[in-house]
Amino acid sequence: MTINKQREGSKLYAEILGRIDTVTVTDAEKALLPDVEGITELTLDFKGLDYISSAGLRLLLSLQKIMNKQGSMKILNVNETVREIFEVTGFSDFLTIE
Amino acid sequence: MNQITLDATSENLDRLTSFINEKLMSVGCPRKAMMEIDVVIDELFSNIANYAYHPDVGPATVIVEFEEDPICVMITFLDNGVPFDPLAKEDPDTSLSAHERSIGGLGVYIVKQMMDDVTYEYKNGQNILRIKKNVS
Repeated sequence: MTINKQREGSKLYAEILGRIDTVTVTDAEKALLPDVEGITELTLDFKGLDYISSAGLRLLLSLQKIMNKQGSMKILNVNETVREIFEVTGFSDFLTIE
Repeated sequence: MNQITLDATSENLDRLTSFINEKLMSVGCPRKAMMEIDVVIDELFSNIANYAYHPDVGPATVIVEFEEDPICVMITFLDNGVPFDPLAKEDPDTSLSAHERSIGGLGVYIVKQMMDDVTYEYKNGQNILRIKKNVS
């Protein structure tokens, strides 16, 4: 898994490539959680994301809760598998997916 | 060989996933079904790695079999750890908002939703978890 980040003022754009699973989620947390401090607009680009397991959903939930307090979060370019996981788990109800 | 035995540690997840994907590709499994199965492998293998032998490390055996007409894959996860039926847990409430959500039980719920059939039994000192999915 690779994460490419771009910060512009209080906006953070992060592109996630590969998969967020039990193993890679720790790196994803380290790469994202400290960086969202002070961010009001968080954009996660899933164009290159193959899939996400429940470990990754936990991270998305944490990020969504943080961003609910300090701004907004949206997710772009979700593939079919990831979309299905969001739907069956009800995550699609509270995530902003564009 | 249609089975693999490895230490149930998260470091071995990639090895297990590659092993199963190779078998799936040999029967022309569509990419979407393969991704769904990969997510399920992550959920089930990490459960064994985190709980079955905790705090020690022990082995897991995974058997991959196919049925024809329609092509279905059956994957069996075996471990000799503490008896644990992941299916016994109640499904999480998926209608709650982010604010109300606590995160637990989602992994097994994903497994149930992504697979056509999931069964568990404890026999001869082994946890036996079987999943089945149509991959035609």
